[in-house]
Amino acid sequence: MSHAALWVAVLAASAVCFATKYVGHRLPEHWLAHPRVARVAALVTVALLAALVAVQTFTADGRLALDARAVAIAVAAVALALRAPFVVVVILAAVVAALLRALGVG
Amino acid sequence: MSDAAGRRGDTVRVPPQPALPADPARRTALRQAASVSVATGVYGISFGALAVAAGLDLWQTAALSVLMFTGGSQFAFVGVVGAGGAGGAAVATAALLGARNALYGATVAPLLRARGLRRVGAAHVTIDESTAVATAQRDPAAARLGFWAAGLGVFALWNAFTLVGALVGDALGDPTRWGLDAAAAAAFLGLLWPRLAGRAARAVAGGAVVVALLLTPVTPAGVPVLAAAVVAVVVGWRDPRPRLAGVTP
Repeated sequence: MSHAALWVAVLAASAVCFATKYVGHRLPEHWLAHPRVARVAALVTVALLAALVAVQTFTADGRLALDARAVAIAVAAVALALRAPFVVVVILAAVVAALLRALGVG
Repeated sequence: MSDAAGRRGDTVRVPPQPALPADPARRTALRQAASVSVATGVYGISFGALAVAAGLDLWQTAALSVLMFTGGSQFAFVGVVGAGGAGGAAVATAALLGARNALYGATVAPLLRARGLRRVGAAHVTIDESTAVATAQRDPAAARLGFWAAGLGVFALWNAFTLVGALVGDALGDPTRWGLDAAAAAAFLGLLWPRLAGRAARAVAGGAVVVALLLTPVTPAGVPVLAAAVVAVVVGWRDPRPRLAGVTP
C-alpha cells in the first residue's frame, strides 16, 4: 500500500469506528439490547480476534507456516492462564520468538 | 473530569450526612478508573511498536490512537496492513471489531445523558474499559464519574505510550529479529482471552481459526479474517440455548 493509500485507510477506518460509537449513543437502548444482536456482536469480536491470532501465528506470505511464533503463542497462552498482565504476555512472546530465532530455530 | 469537580462543589453546600454515602462510591469509581487507565495505557507501547513494524509511520500510528481510539480495531488494522492486506480489508476488519462499541454506547448513554459536543466526546471515549468501569458502579453519579475518568485516563495514557512504542519500534529496525510478529499474535490472544468464557465463544473461536487458516492459501490477505466473522454470525443468530420468559424486551 502506498503512503497516501495508507493515510486514506487510517482516516476512513477511524471515521467508521467513531461513527459506530456515536450511533450507539443515539440509538434507543432497547434496539441494541436485543439478546440476538448482543450475542452476535460479542461473538463477532471473538471470531475476529481468534482469526487474527491464527493468521498472525500460523501463516507467512499467504501460506501456512509453523515456526518460532507457534512456540511463542503457546508460552503466551500459559502466561494468560496464569493471569499475567497484558504487557508481560506480549513481551514474553516477543522474547521467546527472538531467542528461538537467535538460536537458529524457526 | 469537569463533572467530578462540579459535583465536589455541590457537596460543599449540602449537609454532610447525605454526601457521606456517595463519596466512597465516587472514590471507588476513581480508583478503578485510575488502575484501568494505567494498565491499559501502558500497552499502548505494544501498539505503537507493532504499528511501525507493520509499515505505518509515526504520524499514522499516532493518528490511529487519537482518532480511532479503540484498541482491538487498532491492532487489527495494523495486523491486516502488516500482512499485506488491502486498505479496504484493513478498514472492514477494524470496523467489525469496533461493532461492539455501538452496544457499549447504547449501554452508557442512558447513564451519561450527555448532549451536543459532550455526547461526541462521550462517544469517542466509549471503549471496553470506560464501559466496564461505568457499569461496575452502583449509583449513577459514580458510574458517570467512572466512565469519564476511565475514558479520559485511558485516552491520555494510551496516546502517550503509543508514541513511546512507535519511537522504540522505529529504533529497533527489523521487527522479526525482536519477535515483534509473535508479540502481535500474543496481543490478539491477550484481547481474546477474557472473552472466551462460555461454550459458544470457544466454539466460535475454534471455528474462526479453522476458517481463517483454510482460506489463507486461496484468498488475498485480510479476507480470511473477515470470513471468520461469518462463523460468529451463524452461531450467534441460531444459539439454541433456552431463555427465561420475560427477559427479552
